[in-house]
Amino acid sequence: MAESLSGSSGSDHATLATRFNKDESRVDWHDETLWFIRKKRDKAAWQIDEGEQLGETASQIKNNVLGNLYEYLLQFEENARANGIHVHWASTPEDHNKLVHEIIAKAHISRVVKSKSMLTEECHLNEYLESKGIEVIDTDLGERIVQLAGEPPSHIVLPCIHWKKEEIGDLFSRHLGTPEGNSDPQFLTTAARLHLRRHCMSSKLAITGVNFAVAETGEIVVCTSEGNADLEVQLADVHIACMGIEKIIPQRKHLGVFLRLLARSATGQPITTYSSHFRRPRSGQEMHIILVDNGRSERLGSNDFRNALKCIRCGACMNTCPVYRRSGGHSYHYAIAGPIGAILAPGLDMKQHADLPFASTLCGSCSNVCPVKIDIHDQLYKWRQVLTKNDHVSETKKSGMRAMAMVLSRPRLYAFAGGATRWLMKYLPFVISNGLNPWYKQREMPMAPKQTFSEWYLQKKKSK
Amino acid sequence: MKNRTEILERVKKNQPEAVPLPVITVAGSGSQDLAQKFVRALGNIGGTAIEVRDWDEIILHITDRFSPTSRWISMIPELGNPSVYTEFSKDPRMLENVSVAILEGHFGVAENGAVWITEENMGDRVLPFICEHLVLVIYASSIRDTMHQAYEYLNSSSYSFGTFIAGPSKTADIEQSLVLGAHGPKTMTVFLLKTMNK
Repeated sequence: MAESLSGSSGSDHATLATRFNKDESRVDWHDETLWFIRKKRDKAAWQIDEGEQLGETASQIKNNVLGNLYEYLLQFEENARANGIHVHWASTPEDHNKLVHEIIAKAHISRVVKSKSMLTEECHLNEYLESKGIEVIDTDLGERIVQLAGEPPSHIVLPCIHWKKEEIGDLFSRHLGTPEGNSDPQFLTTAARLHLRRHCMSSKLAITGVNFAVAETGEIVVCTSEGNADLEVQLADVHIACMGIEKIIPQRKHLGVFLRLLARSATGQPITTYSSHFRRPRSGQEMHIILVDNGRSERLGSNDFRNALKCIRCGACMNTCPVYRRSGGHSYHYAIAGPIGAILAPGLDMKQHADLPFASTLCGSCSNVCPVKIDIHDQLYKWRQVLTKNDHVSETKKSGMRAMAMVLSRPRLYAFAGGATRWLMKYLPFVISNGLNPWYKQREMPMAPKQTFSEWYLQKKKSK
Repeated sequence: MKNRTEILERVKKNQPEAVPLPVITVAGSGSQDLAQKFVRALGNIGGTAIEVRDWDEIILHITDRFSPTSRWISMIPELGNPSVYTEFSKDPRMLENVSVAILEGHFGVAENGAVWITEENMGDRVLPFICEHLVLVIYASSIRDTMHQAYEYLNSSSYSFGTFIAGPSKTADIEQSLVLGAHGPKTMTVFLLKTMNK
């Protein structure tokens, strides 16, 4: 595995992106792969006639959820309990992890299987359980690949999108004993199927995420393409489902709206292969749901940032983002990468994630593809202001901004600076394009225009 | 309980003014042949849909497609052969070597090739996921156009566990190469019964 993709702790987005950018052909490949998925999404979205209206409906349902979350949470809890499900509440990741561990400890189990759950990534559940001597096997193929490599996922839907098949072949030959040099996807998937089937067959406890939780019925819906969540849950004595409190939807019929949107936005499929509705545990099985807050209730009170809670985790904003595609998911150093991660992360820890809202061109493509109409690029812009006000922006960036503000607010100085810059670009380009100016990294010096706009304008006026 | 009270208090304090729920407008394509639409949709996602006139035709197709020496489990009395399996043990692991599972779905969805099936028709909840080849039978007349029409039906349903299954288990996690049979069935065949009305 390329060194540049791991070991992301302690560095900011720009530094990590620079590392990713060292291998240009790899960046191009990563970029093209994600753009290919973006195009599949477009095709799927255009196939449904009322696509635009569907997104608007989804957005309105989520708006309704935000304004009634208290009532819906109580309703969900009551109905889930009546269905025979144990419901737990966790304010923090620590509370969540402790709850999971208590359930595992009570069952006297030392190994568990887990299907994809971004919430457990957010809470660093695997690390916690491992510190308690519990082995966690991620059963989603992409997640298992990054887990074997000791990395976090780099994408919420496509966890190992940054891995090449030859590297996966090497990884499997080391960990699963496949023959060296075999990198055929069909062969490797079959090897993983056998390896993971063995774990599903022998695990008494299964952990899953939750895509939607229905207040009206107390049921949860889990979507996968592989069927790993279903297989592991139906073979286990205990099922733990972990969810953020914003995953609630009011009524069952609203699933019709969201299931039409989720897979189309994510990968361009009309629906995920499996959309399983868990309402009551299987006979003899124990089922738990953990409702996690971790900053969500605080965000709910923010006019500027509460909309991010509408996210259904489809990943469309990542696939389309020109920065994500060229900097890789690990450059965001947070469980959720890309534009949506960049507006979620600072809400949890402003200081640690202060760099992320700046990792954007503000082109707005993310907001454009979002199936539930989150104003992602507006929020990125608003976070920049909040971060600057709270002194979480570097002195270099601040002094640059101050200088720019000073020049832009003084017309004469602006006219002089424009001319001077043009002169410099022409005669002393190294003054601008050098290692001290971060803008010129991976960029080429543009040609300086022959005259300033003012000169051109005055000349035009005269010649009339 | 401290967590619960604290979270609920914060949510109550911070939630914005409530807005009403939207009305879901259901656009249906009306006169289209939904069975044909279903066949195409399932084909596009790696499954196979076959229109048949009666149960005998289904038996012919299955014996033609799957090895008779492997383990088959049917949960459909009308099929006659193989007869309905009744020997489920408490341990779902005993089903690991099932090659072909033949189950009746409740209805299909034309726009995405999904079939809705609940626990009552599964024999054991694990069966549709652990078998190597999944065969589902639905009445052609049961096919609904979109997911909205599907949930109109499901609104009054009181299942304990139900799932939409759309095609074989699949993954594209290795360089976006599509591979069928990631964890679950490697094939999914749906028979659309045309004659008998239900």
